[in-house]
Amino acid sequence: MSVLRAAVAGLLVLLAVNLQIGFFSHLTIDGVVPDVALLVVVGAALVRGPEYGAALGFAAGLALDLAPPADHTAGRWALALVITGYVAGLVRNDADRSAVVSVLTVAASAFTATSVFALSGLALGDPGVTTELVIDVLPIAVLYDVALTPLVLPAVAWVMHRVAPMSHRWAYP
Amino acid sequence: MKSHTRGGARSRKVPLLPVLLVLVALGVITVDAAMDDSPAEPLRGVVGDVFGPVQSGLSSAARPLNAVGEFFTTVPGLRDENAALRAANAQLKAQLDTAGIDADRLAGLEIMRAVTRDAGLDVVAASVVGVGPAQSFSRTVTIDVGTVDGVTLDMTVLNADGLVGRVVRADRSTASVLLLIDADSVVGGRLGSSMELGFLAGNGDLSDQGRLSLTTIDSSVTAAVGDAVVTWGSRNGAPYLSGVPVGSVESVQSSPRDTSTVAIVAPFVDFSSLDQVFVVVGSAPERAATQAEGGLG
Repeated sequence: MSVLRAAVAGLLVLLAVNLQIGFFSHLTIDGVVPDVALLVVVGAALVRGPEYGAALGFAAGLALDLAPPADHTAGRWALALVITGYVAGLVRNDADRSAVVSVLTVAASAFTATSVFALSGLALGDPGVTTELVIDVLPIAVLYDVALTPLVLPAVAWVMHRVAPMSHRWAYP
Repeated sequence: MKSHTRGGARSRKVPLLPVLLVLVALGVITVDAAMDDSPAEPLRGVVGDVFGPVQSGLSSAARPLNAVGEFFTTVPGLRDENAALRAANAQLKAQLDTAGIDADRLAGLEIMRAVTRDAGLDVVAASVVGVGPAQSFSRTVTIDVGTVDGVTLDMTVLNADGLVGRVVRADRSTASVLLLIDADSVVGGRLGSSMELGFLAGNGDLSDQGRLSLTTIDSSVTAAVGDAVVTWGSRNGAPYLSGVPVGSVESVQSSPRDTSTVAIVAPFVDFSSLDQVFVVVGSAPERAATQAEGGLG
């Protein structure tokens, strides 16, 4: 069962990463694609908690780091999504389940992940990361992710509940 | 790994697994950044072989949607017009764009065939199937040709307008191209009129505002506005062939403080609408030489 669970989670991440770099790269807003992988991580973290969120975030981040056409230092998205997945998972018990909480969590997560990624670039001296560019990209990324939340999060929650029925279920919006 | 018990009373201390994963991620960054022969490279190859074909497939499914994206970016300008007109406009635009794609590609292919025949270059045609997101702050694209088509590291990539970039990764059926406009990209350039040499650096902006800055080696040289810039070329044509058109000088900025002048070059290639590109896999003289060697052996 746990193998199946891991396989389903892996497939979900794989699908998300491929959609993000293959499909949504044709639907960019000013070059910004929606972080589908991040949405899957946040969705899973909201259902399964911080540890699961961190683990799935690491896997999704590493896939983003290694999948073409990525040319940045490997591990940067992994770092960003581990932190994001963990923090998003903490929201699970602290709040009532509501669409508003989910949307706010996604917005905060998108902000965190993009910022951590940009900061790691600044620390490594990546010439592509400039403050102006980060300021341009951040709000678009957050809004685009929020816009896709109603499509992605319920689907992720449904899959998570299907593969691992939890004792304390809640109705997802 | 189970550092705390799941269920009713969740402990407030930070559990082991996330901390461990953060450390692993930092380790991966350090190793990949510090080592020339990074262990991440073979991994990238494996992931590229798996993801590349999927990307190509998804991309051909999404290609007709390009027009939809363009529609969204032009919405602010259309706000005054009524909703019906906008919808009709988008529909027509989508039809026009998809109808035009094949004709555009054919025309591009014809131009390139003529150019490369004259220059004695061997090229393979490729489509852009993936674009690196702006969130990654690097300007790279995936193309649908790879090592099976003869594409290897550092090959020059061009299209009918001029220089596009160079291959930074080649997997089995896909390759990653670092665009000329990336802030990390530096290309040797030559001013068309004076034959003076310099270095072209990108500003990382994919839109129409994307510009290259040319710093000439001889600081006394001043580029003229409108002057064409071509590539200077590298040894054995890798990473860049010589004489490929890059752009034209748009303005010249001089700083009296350090006596250097920087020419701002507008690239010929429109990086926001890259579709069909060509990878130079060899040149005719080179091929003749290899054939001769083969004949002797």
